[in-house]
Amino acid sequence: MAESSAASVAHHGHPPDVTKRDMLKLVAGATAGIGVAAVAWSLIDYMNPAQDVLALSAVEVDLNPIVAGQGITVLWQGKPIFVRHRTPQEIKQAADVPLNQLIEPQPDNARVQPGHDQWIVLVGICTHLGCVPLGNKSSDPRGEWGGWFCPCHGSQYDTSGRVRHGPAPANLPVPPYAFESDTKIKIG
Amino acid sequence: MMRALRCLLLGAFAAGLAAAPAMAQEEAPAPPPQHWTFDGLFGTYDLASAQRGFQVYSEVCSVCHSLQYLHYRDLAGIGLTEGQIKSVAAAVTVPKGLDDDGNVKEGPGTPADQFKNPYPLYDPILNVVRTNEKASRAAHNGALPPDLTLMVNAREGHGDYVYAILNGYVAPPADFKLQDGMNYNKYFPGHQITMPQPLHDQQVTYADGTPGTVEQMSHDVVTFLAWAGNPELAERKQMGIRWVLFFVIMTGLTYAVKRTVWADVDH
Amino acid sequence: MAEQHKSEFANPVINWIDTRLPIFTMMQKEYGTFPTPKNFNYFWNFGALAMVTLVIMIATGIFLAMNYQPNTELAFGSIQHIMRDVNYGWLIRYIHQNGASMFFIVTYIHIFRGLYYGSYKKPRELLWMIGVVILLIMMATAFMGYVLPWGQMSYWGATVITNLFSAFPIVGHPIVTWLWGGFSVDNPTLNRFFSLHYLLPFVLIGVVFLHVAALHIVGSNNPLGIDVKSPQDTLPFHPYYTVKDSVGVCVFLGIFAAVVFFAPNMLGDPNNFIPANPLQTPADIVPEWYFLPYYAILRSVPDKLLGVCMLFGSILILFVLPWLDTSPVRSARFRPIYRQIIWVWLLAVVVLGICGAHKPEGIWVLLSRVCTLYYFLHFLVILPLLGKLERPLPLPESISRPVIGGGGPMPSGAAAKPMEKA
Repeated sequence: MAESSAASVAHHGHPPDVTKRDMLKLVAGATAGIGVAAVAWSLIDYMNPAQDVLALSAVEVDLNPIVAGQGITVLWQGKPIFVRHRTPQEIKQAADVPLNQLIEPQPDNARVQPGHDQWIVLVGICTHLGCVPLGNKSSDPRGEWGGWFCPCHGSQYDTSGRVRHGPAPANLPVPPYAFESDTKIKIG
Repeated sequence: MMRALRCLLLGAFAAGLAAAPAMAQEEAPAPPPQHWTFDGLFGTYDLASAQRGFQVYSEVCSVCHSLQYLHYRDLAGIGLTEGQIKSVAAAVTVPKGLDDDGNVKEGPGTPADQFKNPYPLYDPILNVVRTNEKASRAAHNGALPPDLTLMVNAREGHGDYVYAILNGYVAPPADFKLQDGMNYNKYFPGHQITMPQPLHDQQVTYADGTPGTVEQMSHDVVTFLAWAGNPELAERKQMGIRWVLFFVIMTGLTYAVKRTVWADVDH
Repeated sequence: MAEQHKSEFANPVINWIDTRLPIFTMMQKEYGTFPTPKNFNYFWNFGALAMVTLVIMIATGIFLAMNYQPNTELAFGSIQHIMRDVNYGWLIRYIHQNGASMFFIVTYIHIFRGLYYGSYKKPRELLWMIGVVILLIMMATAFMGYVLPWGQMSYWGATVITNLFSAFPIVGHPIVTWLWGGFSVDNPTLNRFFSLHYLLPFVLIGVVFLHVAALHIVGSNNPLGIDVKSPQDTLPFHPYYTVKDSVGVCVFLGIFAAVVFFAPNMLGDPNNFIPANPLQTPADIVPEWYFLPYYAILRSVPDKLLGVCMLFGSILILFVLPWLDTSPVRSARFRPIYRQIIWVWLLAVVVLGICGAHKPEGIWVLLSRVCTLYYFLHFLVILPLLGKLERPLPLPESISRPVIGGGGPMPSGAAAKPMEKA
């Protein structure tokens, strides 16, 4: 058994093994802390999107069936995405608009991919209060600017998906997408 | 007397542990033990073997047996690249939702899809494919080829058992009464199995040139199925070594702290 | 205004809270300065280990519940989803699954400590009885939890055990229908089992609180079984037992980790990897290992109602143990006959467990009957008689002076002579 503290103080003139004891407690505590952190990370990461959700985080769209003047809606990460095949007149209409006429100024070429300006890909959620605008089918109402028309409160978008008539405050967002070939895009 | 009693207790406990596995076999002999690379504390899957096993499953077993809890993207776990996975998936046709008339439409598979089910039952509400049990039974005289995803876990002998079944098709003893449509298998409980011998020599031509003997194919498909049932094994064992080591160290550290704290106590 | 409690903590924030709700004072009193006998051995760790395991089970359970689907068509698949697609899902699931086994291991050892050292005797009878309530709640929780994966053993185990209640005359079948919410174990049963499985652990927290409260009124027992006579017999819980318990926790978690990472399905049944099929019964219906002794007792008697009564009786008898054991001496250390008899009882329980894993035929029937008989004989005959007939060894004077029969004042600073090893 270790000598009592009182005897030790008399012997060495300072409390025995305090620094060694404190070091030990520090090392033990720090190691325990590492363990706790590893456990905490597992629980936090558990709540991140699971592998099946991540697998659906990107969606491929075959562009072949979409004829000029028409658009389709696909689901990406739970949101409707408009993919529309613009006619040359629609492209010209979008490109010719002076920026100062726009509620949210953005040139058309910033909203399409170079060499593929006949394809416009937009998140189909009205930037006002979240309804899904009409306009993909040529039989749908498309509003004054030939793009999309939101039936909820009357917002109108042009062929570049830019808001031209409120109450929507902003243009339809362009999701991240890339051309895998001339006839296939991958969204996300 | 105490010592004798404690010995008796330990002996009884050990006997119980030993006796427990034997009781489930009834009638069929225990499967002979095989060597699996995934056994033991440091075991992992032989990925080359698992890939060959996947080939065996795809060319032979998938005709009747589903793997409904696997998705094509999971094949990264046996070493397939993203490109290989895409082409494996695209080579099959799977249910893809409902068309505008409300009928199930089909299309080429993608990595996100479940493995193709030989008798698919598409659920459009939950967007999953289950097994059409009735269709499967109709095609197999009333018998249902079970899903194989968890087969290695679901049998007492695990990999050894599945291997033994695949290699256990022998001629029945002279006095054995084999029912119509059944096959004799040495290791199947009751010895009568509905499935006819599935593997025959040279049935599969392996891409890597390994000879396709029944033993080889069985070994590979069991490795593949073991992976299918426990895909997390490699990561689990690696983490296990770290965590057990961590607790050994922590025990040492806490014990040392305990000794210093208790140093000046009569106990 | 009521008189305010005066706190004296250095930290002003803690002081502010404690003045209004004295949780820190309470923690200080119950887990800080609380006088604890200084002669605990490592068997006294197991209560703390049980508490740690309960916290682990609740934490892992809550996370699993984020992904589990309590519907007969979706349950099995949801667990595969957790195992394969959810990040670390396999780890959380294996911790929860094996944590149940660990919970029963530490609790059974904790109970055995109580049996060996007479921790159930006056004035700790109510503490012991609350403990038996904890055991019953644990058993109900574990039983319902095992049904949730909806494997073959989940379904058939649930069917067999819920059917037991039909043994009761007149009310039996209506009770079973009520339990099932239908005419067999099916979706309503699964759904309610999930709800109750989530609820009971929180009820358990409440009962554990009562258990610790009851303990802190009477104080802990100790290996010598004699009362604390003076402060010299005790040590403050912190730091002595917080640090000693943490050693035990590290050993416990090390074993737990070895099982989770290297043999996660060792204690389980392969049949539960097959989705539940009401039309196909597995060759052997076997409960999890921690229920095996009770299962053997149930099947030892051919009569259904008697079997059910013996099953419940085997646990309920623990409630009256403080009154069945007539010995005035607590610790088995000083009870030379009880000290050996208790191991015979434990052997009977272990053998019953082995019997429970086998089909009730051949030698297993005889063994089950003999051991069941002995189990009840131990409580109903041996203990009451032993208390009267046994001659206990002389008890030590006190915990800090364990030398028998006194012997004058102890020299200061010298260690007490250790008791001969029991």
